[in-house]
Amino acid sequence: MSSGASVVVIGGGATGLSTAWWLCREGVPVTVVEKGIVGWEASGRNGGGATHPASPLFREEQRLWPMMDELLGYPTEHQPMRIRVCVTPGQLALAEHGAALAEKQGFRVERLDPQALRELVPWVGDDVAGGMLLHYGGHANPQRTVQAYAWAIQDLGGTILQHTTVTGIRVQGGKAVAVETDQGVLGCDAVVVAAGPHTARITAMLGVEVPVAPARAEMIVTEPVPLIRHGGADGNGLYGRQTLRGNLAYGGGPHEWIELADARTPRPVNSPVVRSLARRLAEMFPRLGHVRVIRSWAGVIENTPDGRPILDRLEDPSNVVIATMSSVGFGLSPASGHALAQLVVRGRCDFADLTWLKLARFGGLAANWREHAGWVPWSAAEQPESFDGAGVHS
Amino acid sequence: MPSPVDPTSIAGKAFPVAEHVPLLVLGAGPAGLAAAIEAARCGLHVVLLDEHPVASALIGLDVPFVFGDRLDPAVQNKPRMTERVVAARPDLEQAVEAGVDVRLGVYAWGAFVTGATSRALPHPLLGLADEARSWLVSFDRMIVAAGARDLALAFPGWDRPGVMGARGADAAIRLYQAFAGRRLVVLGAGVLGLGVALGAQEAGLEVAAIVDVGVLPATGAATLRTLGIPIHTEHAIRATLGTAEVEGVRIAPLADPGAAFDIACDTIVCAVDLVPNVEMFDLLGCPIGWRPELGGFVPQVDADGRTSVPGIYAAGECAGVTDAAVADPALAAAAGRRAARAAARDAGLDVEALLPAPPIAAPPADRDAMHRHWLASHVDAARADVMICRCEEVGLRDLLGVRPPRYLSYDGKKFAARDLRSLAADGPINQDQIKRLTRAGMGACQGRRCREQVQLLLAMQGNQPTGSVPLPSYRAPLRPLPLNVLSAHDETQEMRDNWVVWFGIPGQWLPQWEPVPDHAASAVESRVLREFET
Ligand SMILES: Cc1cc2nc3c(=O)[nH]c(=O)nc-3n(C[C@H](O)[C@H](O)[C@H](O)COP(=O)(O)OP(=O)(O)OC[C@H]3O[C@@H](n4cnc5c(N)ncnc54)[C@H](O)[C@@H]3O)c2cc1C
Repeated sequence: MSSGASVVVIGGGATGLSTAWWLCREGVPVTVVEKGIVGWEASGRNGGGATHPASPLFREEQRLWPMMDELLGYPTEHQPMRIRVCVTPGQLALAEHGAALAEKQGFRVERLDPQALRELVPWVGDDVAGGMLLHYGGHANPQRTVQAYAWAIQDLGGTILQHTTVTGIRVQGGKAVAVETDQGVLGCDAVVVAAGPHTARITAMLGVEVPVAPARAEMIVTEPVPLIRHGGADGNGLYGRQTLRGNLAYGGGPHEWIELADARTPRPVNSPVVRSLARRLAEMFPRLGHVRVIRSWAGVIENTPDGRPILDRLEDPSNVVIATMSSVGFGLSPASGHALAQLVVRGRCDFADLTWLKLARFGGLAANWREHAGWVPWSAAEQPESFDGAGVHS
Repeated sequence: MPSPVDPTSIAGKAFPVAEHVPLLVLGAGPAGLAAAIEAARCGLHVVLLDEHPVASALIGLDVPFVFGDRLDPAVQNKPRMTERVVAARPDLEQAVEAGVDVRLGVYAWGAFVTGATSRALPHPLLGLADEARSWLVSFDRMIVAAGARDLALAFPGWDRPGVMGARGADAAIRLYQAFAGRRLVVLGAGVLGLGVALGAQEAGLEVAAIVDVGVLPATGAATLRTLGIPIHTEHAIRATLGTAEVEGVRIAPLADPGAAFDIACDTIVCAVDLVPNVEMFDLLGCPIGWRPELGGFVPQVDADGRTSVPGIYAAGECAGVTDAAVADPALAAAAGRRAARAAARDAGLDVEALLPAPPIAAPPADRDAMHRHWLASHVDAARADVMICRCEEVGLRDLLGVRPPRYLSYDGKKFAARDLRSLAADGPINQDQIKRLTRAGMGACQGRRCREQVQLLLAMQGNQPTGSVPLPSYRAPLRPLPLNVLSAHDETQEMRDNWVVWFGIPGQWLPQWEPVPDHAASAVESRVLREFET
């Protein structure tokens, strides 16, 4: 990419914003185009978890998070380390297995007997099986983080266009030369597509098929309780954390595959699953059974067929980089943006092996892969035999 | 061949329901009671729900009204409070006689219907709870008659114990007969303030004064003058007096702030206006519009109260607050009956629709201008430390400066350049975004004490119409519910067996710098890691 060239980033979620921020840091003029408000979709609605050692981006993510507040100039509420709470012996055995695998990768896991666990997490019950202190991973506040990226981009001279929807991409001579929006046309020298569950819709404008299926997932949050030292304590089928304010925010359990009818993202609703989340949280922290749930929310995320991100630079048009984080993109965002900015500027990433995150791995995918996997919307009303999923108990 | 179902998804999962109800009526105020009785007479099986008497813990949180710490310990005795609620609402007995299944002390906290992002449920479901547990019911139709709640507006010292709302005072005095105060000052000389003053006097309480920033409104003024209560119009509150609790109020003429004087009282009732309870409509996905003449955001309904979501009806104050309706509960009751007939007709019963309500003769009051006048008279740049969101301790300065919350004690230099104006330069102000950044409205009272005034302050600061700040979303649970109560005690074994912490995709949690291994062991290993690292 020549100097002075400008990049349009499609999508103001954590991935697009981080990419734009890294490009700004390199002095590349950037415009982020976001159909709503920055971080309004999954990036502002997630669990804030940042513990994904299966990703080649994880080492870089771990290096960056502790510096992010300072680099961005705004707080992210990042906290290092996680605690795995094991309510039952079965959960402990599973965690023991997990710890062995993590240690094989070189991560430090500290076993906690019930007493040691109770000292760190006083909310657990008398009969808790035990726990683990993970000396890696962490968590941050998604809403504060996305806004921090956005403000940092502006501080570096980048532009963010909110309430602007991308409607097309103009290609000339094998390159994307302009991005069309409902507010006008933006000329560009390179494009980053980071539109979350809408990524496939955008790449289809270029004749490129990206296999992603959107789904809805939900969380609950309680009133604040006194802070514990490592708020990233979860388990019992839940992911989540105590926020620095003291609220408990937890999710997990059944997701719902959905269809996005058009360029918009409908407001994602909650389901009765919120009661099952409350049940698991009360089981994990029986001393907090009296603590009140005050809100819930849901978000829309995308998954690829193998659940792994696609981070790639297209061959045609050759100046387009695409990114979907396949449902674990918040925690990795400091590193995903760095990698994507490198793909834009240099065509390759110098700190991580992205081989298995290329789009080409899905070359032989059947057109009806979603149906095959059962990753399609399912409606009780449309079942052939009468399904009474809400059978009356009397 | 039917496509397989993802076992870790919601597809095919059963959510046990306690019962199926043909017609639910939510709220046993004038509208709900009339609706339930009318629907039962039309031949519908009706369940009428009301949350009163609410738990004393909720009263302490100012849920659902602003109770201001002015209820006596009798509210801890729920059976006794139930008797009092029944005594205060004689129509409840009539409803029972008409065959209505009445449930008191039950919270409706969630509603789950088919929509753009959820199609898996076979029936519309309503989430209910009492003090011990929660459960689900399915329904064909629901008349929401959830009434209105208190409009909380800041003034110096409004966050002290002893400051309550009109509906909080009414519940304390008439419904629960558990009011702990003796001498009141009522803020607001409109029909709402008049009602509070009358109710207090009937209960043998002393009303020390009525204060309003405006002039005496036409409606009710004559009656108000006959009560023998000092009326101070075009006056504002300069301070609340007392060491901890309210012991008095200092007021001054708007035109002459120096001429302040004190009035002794133990309770200040903010009776400026009410807020239609639209939370259930928002959960149900009913379109909601800004109608300042009806008190703010209200559901869009037809003449019979049908919302645009099939099977959901609105009646009474939750569909709009007017002076006429506040003064005369018969209007709400009539709306309830119309909605009941509509529900009965939509259910296929052969009954006639009722005539639409006659138009109200008096021109609608400009409630938005009234709210703004109140706020502008009490908070401004010189008094920017006044608390707006009490739960999260967000003051006016924090709100307008879009300051990070106090628990962060973050003083990055760059924040100086960020405030509401800079945010507005990036796009229209959105209250949900302000919530996320400042935490105003994110507390245990679920925003009941600050939602509307945050909207007003944002609009006033931005010189924009109040209604141009969109409605911040409501979320389940609509009442703060303990984990043990919300807990799905009735969860199916199938739910437990297929529960995963995050999507059940094997390749996701295995080293991604290697190809996805193609053997069964990888699925086991992946599951282990998925539960371990999230
Ligand atoms: C409930 C929940 C919990 C989660 N928990 C975690 C967790 O603990 N840890 C973790 O790492 N991840 C978690 N995730 C996943 C994570 O949130 C996402 O992977 C991540 O936010 C993806 O970021 P993104 O920027 O790629 O996509 P998005 O956040 O979806 O952003 C894409 C943006 O593109 C915009 N856009 C789309 N189409 C257009 C268009 N045509 N024009 C302009 N703009 C457009 C959208 O409005 C959107 O803002 C969770 C997600 C949810 C929903």
